[in-house]
Parts: sequence; C-alpha cells; structure tokens
Amino acid sequence: MNRVINDPDQVVEDMLKGLLRAHPELEATIGNPRVIKHRDAPQAGKVGIVTGGGSGHEPAFLGYVGANLVDAVAVGEIFSSPTAKSFFDAIKAADGGAGVACLYGNYAGDNMNVKMALKMAERAGIRVMTVVANDDVASAPKGDEARRRGVAGEILMWKTAAACAAQGGTLEQVIDVAQRTIAQTRSIGIGLSSCTIPAVGKANFHIEDGSMEVGIGHHGEPGISVSAITPAATMARTMVEAIVGDLPFGRGDRVAVLISGLGATPLMEQYILYGSVAELLADAGIEVVVPLVGNFFTSLEMMGVTLSVLKLDDELESAMRYPCVAIGLTVSKEPL
Amino acid sequence: MKTEIELGSAGAVVLDLIATINENRAYLSEIDGAIGDGDHGINMSKGFSQCRDALLAQPTLPGLAESFDALAMTLLDGIGGSMGPLYGSVFMGFAETLAGHQRLDAQLFGQALAQAVADVQSVGNAQVGDKTLMDTLIPARDAYLAALSQGEDFHTALGGMVAAAEAGWQSTKALQARIGRAARLGERSIGVLDAGATSCFLLLRTLGSSLQSRLV
Repeated sequence: MNRVINDPDQVVEDMLKGLLRAHPELEATIGNPRVIKHRDAPQAGKVGIVTGGGSGHEPAFLGYVGANLVDAVAVGEIFSSPTAKSFFDAIKAADGGAGVACLYGNYAGDNMNVKMALKMAERAGIRVMTVVANDDVASAPKGDEARRRGVAGEILMWKTAAACAAQGGTLEQVIDVAQRTIAQTRSIGIGLSSCTIPAVGKANFHIEDGSMEVGIGHHGEPGISVSAITPAATMARTMVEAIVGDLPFGRGDRVAVLISGLGATPLMEQYILYGSVAELLADAGIEVVVPLVGNFFTSLEMMGVTLSVLKLDDELESAMRYPCVAIGLTVSKEPL
Repeated sequence: MKTEIELGSAGAVVLDLIATINENRAYLSEIDGAIGDGDHGINMSKGFSQCRDALLAQPTLPGLAESFDALAMTLLDGIGGSMGPLYGSVFMGFAETLAGHQRLDAQLFGQALAQAVADVQSVGNAQVGDKTLMDTLIPARDAYLAALSQGEDFHTALGGMVAAAEAGWQSTKALQARIGRAARLGERSIGVLDAGATSCFLLLRTLGSSLQSRLV
C-alpha cells in the first residue's frame, strides 16, 4: 500500500486539516470538526442545502460546498456514514430560517443517521425535507428503484436544488427540483481495479487483471457482470444501453452527461469514453447540452468510471447552467 | 439465592464490553472483510475506546445506567456508519430502562433487553433472517423472556440469552444478506458469518457473564 498519509486511522482528520488551510471560504463548525460549511452559510431566508456521506469519494461530498451550491456537509469515516449528530449539526449550520433540504444517497447507514438527525432537528424546531438519491441502475432492477444506491447523480441533484434555493425557491420548490432531478437521472459504473481503505491496509475486493466489473458500486459493491476488459467504445455502448433503456431516454431529449473517474483512471481515458458516449447519444437523437467530464465522485484509488445522464426540462437546464463556485464544480456566468 | 445487582457499582460491566470489542478488533474486521468493507472492528473499536477514555476520566466510575448512557452517546456521536445508530439505540434502551433504579433484577433486565430491541427496530428495518445483528439480538431477547416466564432465575435466564445469541449468530452463516451493504452481494453473501451479528454475540456473551459475576 503506497500512500501519501500519516496515521492511517487519522486520514479524514488530516485531510480536513489540509482542506481548511487550502480553502479559506470553507470552515468547520464550532463544536463539530466533522461538519464543513461555507463561510457565508447560513444565509437568512434561503433554503439551506445539506448533504453528507462517507469520506474517500473526494471531491464528494465536501468539495460541493460552495457559492450557489451546498451550504454544509456532514463528513463520515472512509466509506461510512457520518453520525446522526454530524447530519444534525450540518442541518443547523445551513438553516437560515427557510428550512433545509437534506439531499443524500441511498445507503443503510446514511438512511439511519439522517432519520435520527431529523428527530433532533424536529426538537430544535428546524424544518427539514429530504431527497434520497437512487440513480444507480445496476444496484437493483427496474421496478425496484427504492433499493437502488445513489452515486454520481447526486451531484446533479445538489446542483439543480441549490440553484433553485439560490434564486429564492421555497423548501417545497427546492425539494421538488431535487426529486425531479434524481428521478430523471440514471447512472452506471464500471470498475477496473479495487481500492484500499488505509486503516484496513488490504484491498477491499478483487478484480482480476484484464477484467472489468460492470455495474460496480462506489464502495466496490459487486456489479451485474464481470467480463474481459473491452475497448472504451464498447464500454460506452454497454453503459449507454443500460441507462437509456432504463428511464427511458428518447429521441429529442436534451440531457446533462456526467462522466466521473473513480480515482485512478486518467482524465485522458475519461475523455476517450466521453467521445464514444457523446457519439452514441447523438446517434440516438439525444442532445447533450451540459457535458461534465472529470473526477467528480471517486472511490479512493479505484480504477474505473461512472456515467450519469439527466433528462432535462427547461427549468432543470437553467438550473444546471446557473453559476456556482466550489472545489468540485464551477459554472461561470458566461461561457469564457 | 443471588438475584440482584447493585447498579451504582456495576459500571465496570460496560468496561468489560469495551474490552471485548477491543480484543476482537482484528477478528471483526476480518469477518467484515469477507462480505463487507472490512472496517467493522476498526469502527467499533474506535467508538468503544472513546467511551472507555471518557469513563476512566471521571473521578469515580459511573453506575451501570450512566455508563450505558455514556456508551450510547459515544456511539451515536462518534462512529456513524450503520453501527453507530444501531448499537447506540441498543445501549440507549438499556440506559433509559435502568435510569432511576438502584438494583437490577431479572424482571428489570428483561424490560431493558426488550426496550433495547424495540429501540433498534425503530431505527433499522431488519428482521430475523436478514443476516444482521438482529439475528443474534431477537432470539437472545426471546430466550431470556421465555426463561423468565418459565420461572428461571436471573443467572439461568442470562445463560439462556447467551446460548440463543450464539445460535442466532451461527445461523447467519447460511443466510443470504437482505439488508445493508452485504445485501448487494446476493448469493455471494452465503457461507460467511455476519459481522454485526458477530459483534452482537460477543457483546451479549460478555454482558451475560459480567452480570452473572456481579449477582449478589
């Protein structure tokens, strides 16, 4: 295990220390170092946007705290849900009096901790509504969407919901936008290698050299098939077919496409994949109006990629184009 | 006939639980590594150790109810994941039931155990057969309460609880996970023990023997 770390049990603490030094616009909340908020949060009268999740997915989740994006995040151990207390403290940190939208991914631990945080928020008189992302088509069959995991599609949900909140949307409107975004987003991943949690010291799972796992989860959850590795163009076809058929997407749709590396796949390869994806979508009459390619939501040093596609309507498209600034995602006012 | 435990001087039961988790840190992670991400022992040990430090920092060791409360709060505030809320709820159920009592007898422990199970069920949705810690916990509660209703004494009922916990824990080997992270593995989760069910058995076994040794 060749890693740039100090104490393997303290990687999250050490990461936060460096992050806060590098980003004066971010701060830890007083009393809870596992909650990172934007310097300007909470904003009076604005719906607060909160998320949270395990560490090891950087820039998710904390890299999406920013202007016109997420107000506060709860930070967990590697691949492990933040505590209920941290979710609650993030909710408090984001509450500007207009309520808080807690937008997170569908995992057992996160569900339990958010549930307990909601009880604490209720006692504290803070109005919170939630949306649970379930965009990963490979994690449960169609018809069983409630069991699907949330993956990189969460970023699109934060983006649109935060844009709505920034423009004065009510809590109900923000939640509606988040709900619609995730309902119209489908994702799938392909894993090419495993990853190692530093404190564990050995690989989390195993993928044979020369093999790929289609449908792999963000923590190495097994996918739907293991096969010999294919050219990127074939990977793109596999991924696009799984996604397009599921929603379904159709001719004339306008979409946002997000390709994320899982940590150890070079950007070069992500663009190779995007080229094929864009071509396949164009052939199907689906127009990509918001393309995003990069390491948006990773899994430590796993090799592999995820593809997320969001079917836009006018409101969601303008929300995707709304300016924002954060470590993980910046959208400028005018195309430069 | 030994029938009761002085609660005010029984806080060390919680230290015994903490020691059990720390002694089994590597074992629990190894079991978790087979079908989970291999950090169960690490996370549990981290949370339980925080509680040990907090308890030992006090001038005198708090009583059992207060020590259970300290453990519950440390787990809820300190470890997150699934185990924070689940075990936090278990020990909160014990703490709240014992609060205000001087002595722990067989009846009161039965109430506490039932409350602990009810509290954890209000957080998670797992049932017996889902391959989770509930496969250990629910049979343990049922065996304890059944022993009481058959007129068994506290010591014997605790023994029944531990035996049922062990059988429940072992039953997880043949089960396919239906909830939590291992559920994603489907049939590949069959053939290995569940990590949560394992830590739950270890904790109940220590709880049983530690309480038995303090009966007066």
